[in-house]
Amino acid sequence: MEIFGVPSALFGSQLLIGLINGSFYAILSLGLAIIFGLLNIINFAHGAQYMMGAFVAWIALTKFGVNYWVALLLSPILIGALGVVLERTMLRKLYKLDHLYGLLLTFGLALIFEGIFRDQYGISGQAYEVPDALKGGVNLGFMFMPIYRGWVVVAALAVCFGTWFMIEKTKLGAYLRAGTENPQIVQALGINVPLLITFTYGYGVALAAFAGVLAAPIYQVSPQMGANLIIVVFAVVVIGGMGSIMGSIVTGLGLGLIEGLTRVFYPEASAVVVFFIMVIVLLVRPAGLFGKAA
Amino acid sequence: MHTKKLLTAACTAALAMLATGAHAQFSGNTVKIGVLTDMSGTYSDLAGQGAVVATQMAIEDFVAKEKPGFKVEMVSADHQNKADIASNKAREWFEREGVDTATELVTTSTALAVMKVAKEMNKVVLMNGPGSTPITNEQCNDVSVHYTYDTYALANGTAKAVTQQGGKNWFFLTADYAFGQALEKDSSAVVTANGGKVVGSVRHPFPASDFSSFLLQAQASNAQIIGLANAGADTTNAIKQAAEFGITPKQQLAGLLMFISDVHSLGLKNAQGMFLTTGFYWDLNDETRAWSKRFFDKQKRMPTMVQAGQYSSVMHYLKAVKAAGTDDTTKVMAQMKKTPINDFFAKNGQIREDGRMVHDMYLVQVKKPEESKYPWDYYHVKQVIPGAEAFQPLSLSRCPLVKK
Repeated sequence: MEIFGVPSALFGSQLLIGLINGSFYAILSLGLAIIFGLLNIINFAHGAQYMMGAFVAWIALTKFGVNYWVALLLSPILIGALGVVLERTMLRKLYKLDHLYGLLLTFGLALIFEGIFRDQYGISGQAYEVPDALKGGVNLGFMFMPIYRGWVVVAALAVCFGTWFMIEKTKLGAYLRAGTENPQIVQALGINVPLLITFTYGYGVALAAFAGVLAAPIYQVSPQMGANLIIVVFAVVVIGGMGSIMGSIVTGLGLGLIEGLTRVFYPEASAVVVFFIMVIVLLVRPAGLFGKAA
Repeated sequence: MHTKKLLTAACTAALAMLATGAHAQFSGNTVKIGVLTDMSGTYSDLAGQGAVVATQMAIEDFVAKEKPGFKVEMVSADHQNKADIASNKAREWFEREGVDTATELVTTSTALAVMKVAKEMNKVVLMNGPGSTPITNEQCNDVSVHYTYDTYALANGTAKAVTQQGGKNWFFLTADYAFGQALEKDSSAVVTANGGKVVGSVRHPFPASDFSSFLLQAQASNAQIIGLANAGADTTNAIKQAAEFGITPKQQLAGLLMFISDVHSLGLKNAQGMFLTTGFYWDLNDETRAWSKRFFDKQKRMPTMVQAGQYSSVMHYLKAVKAAGTDDTTKVMAQMKKTPINDFFAKNGQIREDGRMVHDMYLVQVKKPEESKYPWDYYHVKQVIPGAEAFQPLSLSRCPLVKK
């Protein structure tokens, strides 16, 4: 059976792969959206933080024998803590200024981080093995599905919806949202708003590091891995609506699917299809698909 | 007394003039070598700082052994794989800093740009990193030497050997830019000429990180061989993901351009069994091992063919300068072309009139992890491809310098 001249097995497998890549986009753009939505900082260091997450997992394994499952927890904590330090020492001074300053600062930080890792480990990348429990694959009939990729979708979606739930449905999330709307009043109610903001940035950064650990067994762990991905992720955030939590999750998954299908029908365009959609969305809905008009 | 002083002064001046006269063949009594390479980008592991180290080694060895009557200096710069940066830097070096030769030049676009500047200013270019064949065909000139390898030799090594060993059906995974397309074209020609068939190809964006979609298309083609017409991180990610999706070992991969730095970064577990073509392997014989260990002590990595070729080409250049007794480009080029190259890198290597340095290439197969006995023990050398067979014959050359 064929769908638009493409064997249905190939069509189905591309949809599945699109979903897998989409879950990476979703988790990375979610981190960006939280940081922008609550701190008004365009975090250009997000790709570098994703890369550092993967490197921490690799270093932990090769130097200290720390396995994947521990790294999945340890790496986000370490990189998130680094994010807290950055927020306390640098970003905090920029909140009252134009968005551009935050963008420039984080862009500079990204270049510094990438430079340090390039200097230490070279550019070719390091191999990280799939953990034993997730080795091998399942024959789905239309494709061979590596178990690890299935795990990536499950883990990424669980974290995404957990985060959405925390921000939209819990008391802590309510404080956060109120604190960014009107910090003076919330502070007057006895809530430590600066601490909340620090926590938020650290959490956003930890999400990037978490995605980095998920990515390590699939891609070579390389200083450039974040730089290659971050532009697409920014496009996802813009399409979804800057700062919209649900928007970034849904758009991330959706664009992964569209990109996967482009790779079957017209592979040469697969690198630009996301930007093509971004242009159309910005023309029709300048605030993005899920964004609130300013 | 006064006359005596005047006389001494006159004598000193005359002597000084004599001295300058004796060295007037060398601009500034110094031969200056400019290493222009990728110090921070995609190709910085296979060329980069390692190429600078190799150049430094060549200069030190040359000065120690040959005791030349002139000084040798080195400068280096990062061209960031951008043609405009490369040509601006080369112009500045040639015009203002007295640089006699620009060397290394990984990535074809930077190499072609610097070749133009060098031709205009009549300076020597020694290329080790770039791979495309136009360098010694349409774009060739009389000041340039293409030293280490090219896409013709790569295709002629890997694609030919794999097809002859029974890998008749090919599918290409090609990076969608000039280099990838050239490599696919050269390789397809070799496959067909050897009785094989190309059943399809897919062009992926450059650079890409996720290859699963493209690999599934290659899998659906049922080709025996998936030819990877890409380089660097694209190749390593494609190989890793082919194993993840169970494509290898059912279908076999052929890496059409791979360096030992790529194999090192992938690990033998992922790279085992692959065929590739290289101009140099550190563990080939006692001579290559001795030089490579010295390189390792400085760089903490074994040399790629680009870095080994860098040493060899700089040494050949300096010897030619000494033999010609001048750093004049025309005379040095003539000397380089007429002298065969015999060192750890090449045996009876020869620079042809189109600028191609012809030397033996090696077809190697990556070892299984259990076959590797010591660090960097990565290859079985399967076949030595004689230079005359490996490189495009002069009769097919499209270089205007070649008399037909």
